[in-house]
Amino acid sequence: MYIGKVIGTVVSTIKIDHLDGRKLLLVDQLDLRGNETGSYDIAVDVVQAGPGDTVLVIDEGNGARQILGIDPGAIRAVIVGVVDEVALSE
Amino acid sequence: MKFGRVIGTVVATRKVEGFEGVKFLVVQLLDEDLRPEGEPQIAADATAQAGPGELVFMVGSREAAQALPEIFVPADLAITGIVDEVDVERGVRRAQPTAVWHSPADDED
Repeated sequence: MYIGKVIGTVVSTIKIDHLDGRKLLLVDQLDLRGNETGSYDIAVDVVQAGPGDTVLVIDEGNGARQILGIDPGAIRAVIVGVVDEVALSE
Repeated sequence: MKFGRVIGTVVATRKVEGFEGVKFLVVQLLDEDLRPEGEPQIAADATAQAGPGELVFMVGSREAAQALPEIFVPADLAITGIVDEVDVERGVRRAQPTAVWHSPADDED
């Protein structure tokens, strides 16, 4: 999983069935200082996140299918949490 | 999933079982600002409706095959949707993360 920042939304009418009714957000991966890295993902949102939110993203198929309750499911990236705080010890 | 721009088509008559009826397209991967990034790749079109010039998004690795009619096929990139609109939010909210960050390096400042 990684911490990312929602930087936008993606709208699509023609898409595979697995994505029907799902909200797609554009997420930029953050480094450990909270800076954007330029590495991005179009992720399915299940926690009502929105642009500007710092979020927790899983980028793995089995976890994504489990959360979304679909199998087969051609989805990897899912926003699974909205981050309130990050504390680093070293 | 990543953005891509369809730049061509691929026709293969002889192919492995399970790929019957699957359309292959040449796709240029794009960065988040929709600028070309890396080398073009070949993607299986799971929407069956994408065509040259279109902005699409794609799923890679094992999940690519799961988008296709036959899920046990050797595909590592599949087009899963055609993009209508991308809204990128710029400005203050984008500049600063909403979460609070605590790190030793910040404490020393």
